[in-house]
Amino acid sequence: MLSSQIKSNEIVFGSCNKDLLEEIIFYGIGLGADFVEIFLENTDNSSVLAEEDFITNVSPSFGRGAGIRIFKGEKDGFVSTNNLTKQGLMRSVSQAIEMLDITDNKREVFNGLNEHRDYSLSKKKWINEVPSINEISEKLLVSTKSLKKDNKIITRKGSYSRNLQEVIIASSDGTYVSDIRLHQTVGLNVIASDAQYRSSGSRRFGSSGMPNEFRLWDHEKAANDVFESSMNMLYADYVDAGQMPVVLANKFGGVIFHEACGHLLETTQIERGTTPFENKLNEKIAHESVTAIDEGISEGSFGSLSVDDEGMEPEKSVLIKDGILKKFISDRAGELRTGHKRTGSGRRQNYSFAAASRMRNTYIAKGEHSKEDLINSISDGLYCKSMGGGSVGATGQFNFAVEEGYLIKNGKLTSPVKGATLIGEAKEVMPKISMCGNDLELAPGFCGSISGSVNVTVGQPHIKVDSITVGGR
Amino acid sequence: MNSREITTQISKAADFLNLKKWDYGASFSNDYSVQVDKGEAKQLKASQKQILTIRVWNQSNLVGITTTSDISESGIKKALKQANIASDFGNKNETTEFSPLAKDPIKVKDFKKRNPVGIKKLLTLLRGAEVKLIESHESIKSVPYNGLSESFFERVYANSEGAFRSYSKSQAALYLYARAEEKNKKPRSSGSVKLGYGADDIDIESCIKEASNKTISHLNYSTIKTDKYLICFSPEAFLTIINAFSSMFNARSIIDGVSLSNKNSIGEKLSTEALNIYDDGLHEKNISSTPFDGEGTPTKRLCLINKGRIENFIHSESTARIFKTTPTGHAGLGSKVSVSPDWIVVEKSEENFDLKTSLDHSTYEGEFVYIEELNAIHAGVRASQGSFSLPFDGWLYKNGKKISIESATVAGDIKYLLKNIVNIESSQEVTTSGISPHIWVDELSITGDA
Repeated sequence: MLSSQIKSNEIVFGSCNKDLLEEIIFYGIGLGADFVEIFLENTDNSSVLAEEDFITNVSPSFGRGAGIRIFKGEKDGFVSTNNLTKQGLMRSVSQAIEMLDITDNKREVFNGLNEHRDYSLSKKKWINEVPSINEISEKLLVSTKSLKKDNKIITRKGSYSRNLQEVIIASSDGTYVSDIRLHQTVGLNVIASDAQYRSSGSRRFGSSGMPNEFRLWDHEKAANDVFESSMNMLYADYVDAGQMPVVLANKFGGVIFHEACGHLLETTQIERGTTPFENKLNEKIAHESVTAIDEGISEGSFGSLSVDDEGMEPEKSVLIKDGILKKFISDRAGELRTGHKRTGSGRRQNYSFAAASRMRNTYIAKGEHSKEDLINSISDGLYCKSMGGGSVGATGQFNFAVEEGYLIKNGKLTSPVKGATLIGEAKEVMPKISMCGNDLELAPGFCGSISGSVNVTVGQPHIKVDSITVGGR
Repeated sequence: MNSREITTQISKAADFLNLKKWDYGASFSNDYSVQVDKGEAKQLKASQKQILTIRVWNQSNLVGITTTSDISESGIKKALKQANIASDFGNKNETTEFSPLAKDPIKVKDFKKRNPVGIKKLLTLLRGAEVKLIESHESIKSVPYNGLSESFFERVYANSEGAFRSYSKSQAALYLYARAEEKNKKPRSSGSVKLGYGADDIDIESCIKEASNKTISHLNYSTIKTDKYLICFSPEAFLTIINAFSSMFNARSIIDGVSLSNKNSIGEKLSTEALNIYDDGLHEKNISSTPFDGEGTPTKRLCLINKGRIENFIHSESTARIFKTTPTGHAGLGSKVSVSPDWIVVEKSEENFDLKTSLDHSTYEGEFVYIEELNAIHAGVRASQGSFSLPFDGWLYKNGKKISIESATVAGDIKYLLKNIVNIESSQEVTTSGISPHIWVDELSITGDA
């Protein structure tokens, strides 16, 4: 298989570096640090792009690096480097110590690293089990070919990426873990055009820790979904702007909770004083129909982890229970600075970022209603079938784009509409999620924030928001 | 290894592997940054990065690529091998070659490379800025997003035909985003970003003043009625939207079918005749200027819109060959080479007689919406369709008063927007992404709460 050639096939770190890791941590503690953390990373990635009926890009990449974080009190200093020699790592520790201006004589105790917890044991063959570039190419080309269902389809793209990351995390509290993470994503995109009309359609699929997942991907169904979405939207009118009730579809509709509320429950937002929920623990912040969860343990889900980037196993965190705020998403710095216990949510894009409190698989739990119940309850509103990206600002104001939308008239779906953006504020919208469907599903995505872009899952059943501002024309 | 040694290393390894044709781009950087929280250091960061991208052409002249952070001898050999294997999948329908301009002279701006001021000084400067910003108004309670950084880096391009380019420079950045809150009112936030060649070059006082003024000015806010409005885009906002739709000028996007333009669009009337747009990566105000692109092609000033008509597209080597022109210095480095603009300069052309020059944002007393900053570009722009629907920070000017807009989006079509420009103010402003005057557009849709 060609993939066996385009890969490092090297388990670089293994467990043989314990003495070195301890030596470096002793060095940092000896210089006066309260806490020393070492994050070592080795990556082996590959991406393939198919356009129309040809492979136009194959891009392998590999690399290694280290991120070293030192805490003194509530301050932390972070140094990243590509130099993984003992000398390079020592220099990074010295640099972090110097940055923090550590001069006192108080010494923390470091009793050495705990017994190695190797989460990668069952994963070392993953790199040999992922599909080859040949296999990927063939399937992508079949996929892009099957998108050619109408002459109005003017561009067809299929893309695949595979990220294999091996990590070792060691810190002065004794943490000593290894893991291998495998993420695969595949996406299909089309543009349809007819005279002055244009539309686009896209779908992305992804998994973590499942080398065989790409082979199981139902590319025909994916191609049909993308094609139908683009054709449905081709002649759609622009949505009329205004306040209205909306029904958000399951799966990626969950981006509303991710943006509107999830980010505001990360302890980094408490640290900054930018969340309206800071002092709302055990208070009602959402409609009683809303129970929301963030966890890193759903098998195969894109945001799942065996261990977070600070060496802690992820827990299932019920953030909101029946509308009551129950927990924040916390990392080591968050626990230190806000008092909220770590939840196994310390995540980073790679070694060049310090970990921060980040969502993993985040979803609204299923309710009792059918999708039809929700739509039937609206006389004049919007059904958001497919969502684009979104963001949340420093004051809790969020927005996200609707890729595929339909008007709801008298309890029925009617004409497709385009150009809709949903905007609002978390505090105001959460109490307006009044009905949850019984069809919870998760969808993969990427979340960009303070510690870079990380793999996440968003999800929800169909939900109804009683009123939200829809931006349009 | 320094860049000359890396080039030698790659050359030797390529000979060993019998690879005749290759090129590479590399980036080596050292970065330092600080954040503060109410006077206390929050996170202090330093990083040393090295990224090497190698391309290899096989015997069928198909190109493969690999990127790595491992520039050891073994890492370089491995990267060459992987690129060689990837070249089997090179695009047979569109080949990539060395840029014919990769050995042409380059213009390196005359600036003094700064030395690091060090984390402690960065911290002192940022602490001082935070204190001043909080003290500037009683409603400003915190500066939740802040940072001061300095970077020192070297960029390299070399190929197997003897091209070798390298330049190094320094750059610093300060951002201050304040949060203001008044009793029984929603919090408001705004900020400012300043760049310089070094931390000592940054105008910290003006960054504080701008962040403070912007934030305070939004304290008195109100909802806006959903309707169509006369709009004035700030220079920053107009540049944001031009950059978001830069695929109109991008030859790569045209070939890929994702641009609103096509191969025959040169000469097409896109806007009022009063509008000129250039891409000018070497502009003296462009702190981030680079003298050559990813393929080694020299950066240059290029007219994109001349008197309202498309004058040029931006090109890589391969798109230029397809369009039978020369590369323009806007390429990345890849087997499928991306193309992107550097530094957009918007100006009023000589054909500006039909502009409504009474529309001046500082004196006009009629009703209009001033869009200061556009947000969530990644979510609200459909570049391939020409449409946008974007949240913004701004004001409603009415009866001689201005009121901050609480929460709203502006939506429209880029071609409609460009053709409905009714005034281009005379005074240009320098921003972090280019230069533009204030631009007035008639009849754009605003969605508000009211």
